[in-house]
Amino acid sequence: MADNQLAAAISGPKAVLQGPQGPKPRKSLSRRNIMLYGTLLVVTIYYAIPLYVMIVTSLKGMPEVRMGNIFAPPLEITFEPWVKAWAEACTGLNCSGLSGYFWNSVRITIPSVILSIAIASVNGYALANWKFKGADVFFTILIFGAFIPYQVMLYPLVIMLREIGLYGSLSGLVLVHSVFGMPILTLLFRNYFTSLPEELFKAARVDGAGFWGVYFRVLMPMSLPIFTVAMILQVTGIWNDFLFGVVYTAPDAYPMTVALNNIVNTTQGVKEYNVNMAATILTALVPLTIYFVSGKLFVRGIAAGAVKG
Amino acid sequence: MALDRPNQLFRNKTAKIAAIPMILTALVVFIGGTTWTIVYSFTKSGLLPRLKWVGFQQYERLWDAKRWIISIENLAIYGLLMLILVFALGFLLATLVDQKIRFENTVRTVILYPYAMSFVVTGLVWQWILNPEFGLQTIVRGWGWETFTFDPLYNANIAIYGVLIAGLWQGSGLVMILMLAGLRGIDQEVWKAARVDGIPTWKTYLFIVIPMMRPVFITTLVLVVTGIVKLYDLIVAQTGGGPGIATEVPAKYVYDMMFAAMNLGQGFAASTMMLITVAIFIVPWALMEFGGNKSG
Repeated sequence: MADNQLAAAISGPKAVLQGPQGPKPRKSLSRRNIMLYGTLLVVTIYYAIPLYVMIVTSLKGMPEVRMGNIFAPPLEITFEPWVKAWAEACTGLNCSGLSGYFWNSVRITIPSVILSIAIASVNGYALANWKFKGADVFFTILIFGAFIPYQVMLYPLVIMLREIGLYGSLSGLVLVHSVFGMPILTLLFRNYFTSLPEELFKAARVDGAGFWGVYFRVLMPMSLPIFTVAMILQVTGIWNDFLFGVVYTAPDAYPMTVALNNIVNTTQGVKEYNVNMAATILTALVPLTIYFVSGKLFVRGIAAGAVKG
Repeated sequence: MALDRPNQLFRNKTAKIAAIPMILTALVVFIGGTTWTIVYSFTKSGLLPRLKWVGFQQYERLWDAKRWIISIENLAIYGLLMLILVFALGFLLATLVDQKIRFENTVRTVILYPYAMSFVVTGLVWQWILNPEFGLQTIVRGWGWETFTFDPLYNANIAIYGVLIAGLWQGSGLVMILMLAGLRGIDQEVWKAARVDGIPTWKTYLFIVIPMMRPVFITTLVLVVTGIVKLYDLIVAQTGGGPGIATEVPAKYVYDMMFAAMNLGQGFAASTMMLITVAIFIVPWALMEFGGNKSG
């Protein structure tokens, strides 16, 4: 017992620090460390290899690809597959590459992200600060809705969109993304706004600010981090979506993921693996950039999915 | 004016108006849509939804369809192995990363990046790596193991495992990050107490740390299970359901019935079955989480 207390007293301040800080506990070349770092090296290689293979393949010419070693670095670097994937690759009879679909994805993602975050942040704000009767019931339904397989709601939404004349259009898809993004984003914003000190809200109310006044002039300016997290979450999620894109848009308005699948899995013509891999990287480029740039915020976004209501 | 008590009615009105999108989504899309699909799964809907009742006929046809049975089997195999492996791998990686290692950020970044990529991208990359003509199989044979055979995407018996490899690669980083957060949330005193008592490390993990991480395990389980049931894009991109119908899954059955085969009733019945599958996991969790002691 005394030992415990002693240990706690010695290491007390250290325990406050999170993560791997403080002095290294052991000799660096112990057997344990060799095993540990050896395992970690193998693991990181396993995770890194697909990205490496994608890049390497996309920089080779077809003759070199046919020589057979997908892990070998390119002997002669060529950017032609990238150009081809961007501007000439065929989806069925249409041979204009991914460029048009890239812009489709941009036109889908930007309004979807803005609309879904606008709606969800106001929802979260209303739930945190202006709780009205029945609000929690709707919120609970919303959270449970997040677990309903999309397949169950696919067709009813087709009918609803057809009724309001948006089926097959980009705006329809934007609406769908806003609807299905709502549960997790509302949860995210509600939890964040609830965690802010209530005095802030009260002070603004005393100064005469109404529902929108408090939201725009007090809460929003001080909630930039959570808006950023929501944005990362949504841009990645919507850019990577496949199912909604293929169900709710017409072929001309397909997002990039759908077009990529059509290019690679087409049964016509000779398979150009290097062009396929270039197209794959191009499609992954936006979320990957966001991931590598945003770092910890990305982790916060996905961890938000695990935060219980 | 400034010190007036806010008018209760007005106060509620603005908030209610602002919450209309949420109310509509909850009532019309989530409850309305789900009910609609369940109701129409008992009808003879074909090309268009029609309210002509046929009782359980759609479900009988569903469970008679070979493709549906294979879809369910695949989902069971994929789901069970995915659950076991993703938790084992995720937890193991989290404990490794938690050993006060150097380059922790680099390791975490590399393990998690696949999660930023879409299932379509994941499927296509692994389709390429598992390509028997150019990919892994050829490489290993080139190393001298001439008879090495690993062509899951061309061999119907093992095709689903090829998908599993890709799914595991994409999703294990998420589990690792959640587990790591759970490990870091455990009081260091617990470790010290265990050490003082002379309990070996593996026992501490197994009998003290893991039970303490129960909430993290449960939320991760819920996330992973709902992800597994939704499995669709990965299959479409990596195998297209093939070879033959070897890698068909329920979500793909639903899509194909609704939008390709114009057999809406089958699609509705199949998606209702998916809903039931999820409910089996979600309802007990919800009862545990929100039923007993309600805490914020």
